[in-house]
Amino acid sequence: MEVGQGKVRVDAYAKVCGEAKYTADLEPKNILHGKVLHSEIANGLVKSMDISEAEKVPGVVKVLTCFDVPDCQFPTAGHPWSVEEKHQDICDRRLLNRRVRFYGDDIACVIAEDEVAAQQALRKIKVEYEEYPAIPTVEQAMAEGATPLHPDLRKDNVIVHSHMTMGKADFSFEKALEEAKKEYGEEELVYVEEELDTPRISHCHIELPVSWAYVDNNGKVTVTCSTQIPAIVKLYTAMALGIPTGKVRIIKPYIGGGFGNKQDVLYEPLNAFMSMQVGGRPVRLEISREETIISTRTRHKITGYVRGLAKRDGTILARSLDAYANNGAYASHGHAICANCCTVFKDLYRDRMGTEADGWTVYTSSPTAGAMRAYGIPQSIWFTECLVDDLAKKLGMDPYELRMKNCMEEGFRDPGNGITFRSYGLKQCMEKGAELFHWTEKREKYGHESGMKRRGVGMAIFCYKTGVHPISLETASARMVLNQDGSAQLIMGATEIGQGADTVFTQMAADTSGLRFDEIYIVSTQDTDVTPFDTGAYASRQTYVSGMACKKVAEEFRSRILDYAAYMLNNSVEDISKTIYAKEVSRAEEKLRSQLSLSPKEKILPEMLEIVDSRVVLKEGGEALFPLSILADTAFYSLDRAVHITAEVSNQCKDNTFSSGVCFAEVEVDLPLGLVKILDLVELHDSGIIINRKTAEGQVHGGIAQSIGYALSEDLLVDEKTGRVLNDNLLDFKIPTAMDVPDMRIDFVELEDPTGPYGNKSLGEPPTIAAAPAIRNAVLQATGIGMKVAPMTSQRLIEAFQEGGLL
Amino acid sequence: MFDIAGFYEARSVDDAVRALSEDENAELINGGTDVLIRVRAGKDAGRALVSVKNIPEIKGVKLLPDESIWIGAGTSFTHITNDPLIMEHLPMLGEAVDMVGGPQIRNMGTMGGNICNGATSADSAASAVSLNTELLLTGPEGERRISIHDFYTGPGRTVRRREEVCTGFLIRKEDYEGWTGKYIKYGKRRAMEIATLGCAVRVKLNGDRSRIEEARLAYGVAAPTPIRCRKAEEKLKNRSLSDPGLLSDFSETALTEVNPRSSWRASREFRMQLISELAKRALSEAVKLSGGEIHA
Amino acid sequence: MLKIIHVTVNGREREIAVDERESLLDTLRNRLDLSSVKKGCEVGECGACTVLVDGEAIDSCIYLAMWADGKSVMTVEGLKSREGDLSPIQKAFIEEAAVQCGFCTPGIIMSAVEIVGTGKRYTREELRKLISGHLCRCTGYEKILDAVARSVEEHLRGAAD
Repeated sequence: MEVGQGKVRVDAYAKVCGEAKYTADLEPKNILHGKVLHSEIANGLVKSMDISEAEKVPGVVKVLTCFDVPDCQFPTAGHPWSVEEKHQDICDRRLLNRRVRFYGDDIACVIAEDEVAAQQALRKIKVEYEEYPAIPTVEQAMAEGATPLHPDLRKDNVIVHSHMTMGKADFSFEKALEEAKKEYGEEELVYVEEELDTPRISHCHIELPVSWAYVDNNGKVTVTCSTQIPAIVKLYTAMALGIPTGKVRIIKPYIGGGFGNKQDVLYEPLNAFMSMQVGGRPVRLEISREETIISTRTRHKITGYVRGLAKRDGTILARSLDAYANNGAYASHGHAICANCCTVFKDLYRDRMGTEADGWTVYTSSPTAGAMRAYGIPQSIWFTECLVDDLAKKLGMDPYELRMKNCMEEGFRDPGNGITFRSYGLKQCMEKGAELFHWTEKREKYGHESGMKRRGVGMAIFCYKTGVHPISLETASARMVLNQDGSAQLIMGATEIGQGADTVFTQMAADTSGLRFDEIYIVSTQDTDVTPFDTGAYASRQTYVSGMACKKVAEEFRSRILDYAAYMLNNSVEDISKTIYAKEVSRAEEKLRSQLSLSPKEKILPEMLEIVDSRVVLKEGGEALFPLSILADTAFYSLDRAVHITAEVSNQCKDNTFSSGVCFAEVEVDLPLGLVKILDLVELHDSGIIINRKTAEGQVHGGIAQSIGYALSEDLLVDEKTGRVLNDNLLDFKIPTAMDVPDMRIDFVELEDPTGPYGNKSLGEPPTIAAAPAIRNAVLQATGIGMKVAPMTSQRLIEAFQEGGLL
Repeated sequence: MFDIAGFYEARSVDDAVRALSEDENAELINGGTDVLIRVRAGKDAGRALVSVKNIPEIKGVKLLPDESIWIGAGTSFTHITNDPLIMEHLPMLGEAVDMVGGPQIRNMGTMGGNICNGATSADSAASAVSLNTELLLTGPEGERRISIHDFYTGPGRTVRRREEVCTGFLIRKEDYEGWTGKYIKYGKRRAMEIATLGCAVRVKLNGDRSRIEEARLAYGVAAPTPIRCRKAEEKLKNRSLSDPGLLSDFSETALTEVNPRSSWRASREFRMQLISELAKRALSEAVKLSGGEIHA
Repeated sequence: MLKIIHVTVNGREREIAVDERESLLDTLRNRLDLSSVKKGCEVGECGACTVLVDGEAIDSCIYLAMWADGKSVMTVEGLKSREGDLSPIQKAFIEEAAVQCGFCTPGIIMSAVEIVGTGKRYTREELRKLISGHLCRCTGYEKILDAVARSVEEHLRGAAD
């Protein structure tokens, strides 16, 4: 069994040697340098541009403006395309935009012999604008008379408003409240209503979204880029340029993190256009850190108005959420993220009367929000788990008990999309985690803190689906190709983005094919000219969806090898006798026939054989027959029957399942300085069978660190008057350093999921969800103050402590 | 690649002064951790750089014949922190510069650059102010000495002329001997951080460590420039460590001397809270380092 | 205009023509093809471009190439033995699963070389501070710390033997 082993990453060696090649490492010499000019207003129209001075800068090859680009609008979301019009993503962007919709919009670009010339030219482009009021907030954008940012697509700035319920289709929280008062009496009820807020976040992958493009021998515009979704980049680049898809080739080498930002088509189409405008010469487009923060994508700032109603005994009756997602200037993933936020809010608890959720996704003149790890769920769980702890406080109940009593149960099925909890480990995670953390003891110990340093514990739970079926298409493909020595290449359409996909696919292929782990060479690079199709890395889908393709291709590959093995054994005296392997094969035949008591006339069937450890063995008893190297050499070069053994599988997945888990946090709050120190953190994941313990742990650690940043320090600020981003660098946008995260204690509850290829289900994104509300709830126990806004910066904490009379 | 008009590596301080004097467009570069960032941001793009990075005469820490401590302006933060003289006599300064950025920045950045930038948030500044540090500047007319109290003229502005090279810092014996001090940097992260507030307190206790003879209090980011709070210092003069009003008198008086601003980084009110709290904590720590204990 | 500098790079003396506007990062990547030196922010905040200059870790993105004249520069490419064996620190990073996307890895390994080279033992908190000049968004630093701690211990044990 290779699955379940803590195998060393297949790319670790190359990475510690600095030999793993990322996009910028593959650039040819003498490449041209591209730079983008961004708007310096948040809302308006480019009336004219004077590029004459810019063109005079020595070394400048070409200046292109928003007046020069094709008249094509295209979408950017890393969703599978849809052949159903209403499921298609919104086409609201051009390569360069005349209509400026946020401070930092792309309005022109320069191609030069060196980067300094490009920079100098950028500074010399004169832009004349017609300016409209900046509307960077949801309130501003939804206000009466606000300028619609995309009047061709929407009459106002609301991209979509959706309404969903749990319980009756026409469930209303208002009505439920009235009914509950009648039925139980007001004194029997506990009600919480609050406004909660979440921050806009920058992904902060350390590799910037760089790319370089040229036109290849086939006349294809070829973009090497740091993306999670090469196949989607190919399609949308073609759309943006108005050329056939076959004319675009995308190459994705190793990438330095993505976290969802690179699940969007970013500057690849513009880069392709730039190369095409200079006769197909290679052009690199380096997007700086500042540009990445302002002009690529962010996590949505979602504001949630929540209500919760429970009986005094701790039975939750009803909840509601009104979620307003600030989507920024372009639709990107559109309403999918806010809708996901609403869905999980209603799924996580069993409200006995019902649940109501309304989501608004709103265009604003601010940086575009798109996908980010866990896709709307950190916001959703912030709303859900703040509300539940505030209910627990009002009920005077242990938050653990309240969750146990009300959380989603085994067999849960979302009536809206049919997604079902196929292997249920939520409560087991809570039990195991509480024990590991010593929840009960700590909760009691910290009940009555006083003084200027106070301690407390808190928790949060979550659920998360696996992939996007049935909301969207789920498909993946994989190929295996035999080498002369019996080893093989594994070629996946699915992408390695740092999460360890290449390693777990290799484990899966080894497990199923019988080839040794270290004799399967995964091709890490995706090249859309040669790689089989897969939509890419997102939605924690790859081990589940692409993993199924991997399993199927390994089965197919194995069966083709065994067919050939049977042929060899059946013909060991005739065809094979002429080969250098005659002795070994006929010995193997003899061995097999005697073991199975098969007469020389009876045919040896592939079903009698198996591959173990890269050897053909007898299925019964496992006796070794011959190594795959003999088989491969024969298959390649036999004059009687030469076959190149390969297999390719495309697999559509029509399944889904929930993962879940819990985070427990213990904090010490320094009241006068507003500092939260995390003393202990325990997180348990119910992600089915863990394919690779070491890489899984690494993912959980990294996700928790992101959630700690979400809780305490990360907040991308946009000036409400100008729409300008205030903290567009890694000094001012504060992701945790090694000094800001504690040691983390993590574990898994491994229940085999019947739908996962190896009993596995989603893990990539879930670790980013629960630590933030767990920390918030720990601060609540420590201080009695329930923070409403993430991140809980020192300033916000001090203001809350002052308001609460603690300071 | 940086958009600079030229680069000159000076061989000596005089050579640097000459180069700066000859080219009006030239500016001085020391560790580079601030200047190059300004160049990249376009603020100083197109300027020529005169580097003093490799001039041995402005590196190191020395005990002068009058027992003043000289710190070369080109000494990296790491070297200041690890210098035996600093560890013995000025551990507070060594600790303060050990809070700048991260380890790589501390291997590159220098105290000369940190102070001459004029930033109120500079981690060495509050300590330097509390130590009555003197700066040595060499210009076309020769060397001049200036007290750090007269050095800053506004945010990012100092009395240093463009063609002057800061060569070093002097801290007199009377300003370090018998004193202990504590610098607290308050940032939103624990590393790679610009101070939201920096607070340096130094104390000198009497023989039986029951009272404060003298104290000094200096802040970064509490005003447009690093400042010293002399009224708060006065309040501690000859004050008993068991005086109940000690800490609150100190911190409340400090609040009357500061003038922090509100920005998106932090509100004035939040900074006022930090100013008050850090004064108390730094004082308590400084006293502890002298072997005393505040019983207030 | 190009200027000639003399730098010992990974133990080999080199004479290199550089543009005086170049950062050391530019020179190492573009002129010497040492692509382990990564660009992540260009302002000394992320640490991905960390190399050792005369044994001290610096951010090569804000270090002018001209400054390296006469100095010794080391990158991850210089860590393997002549026979191609990995250094103990590289092995520790592999075995402790400290690598994910790998983009911050070469820089952190260079800081680890400096840390291990001091010959001192550090607490985990001290190690956190010593690697705090590197931002990593994948790992939460947990396994990186494990790898650095292990490297330090192995080195001390090796020195004691």
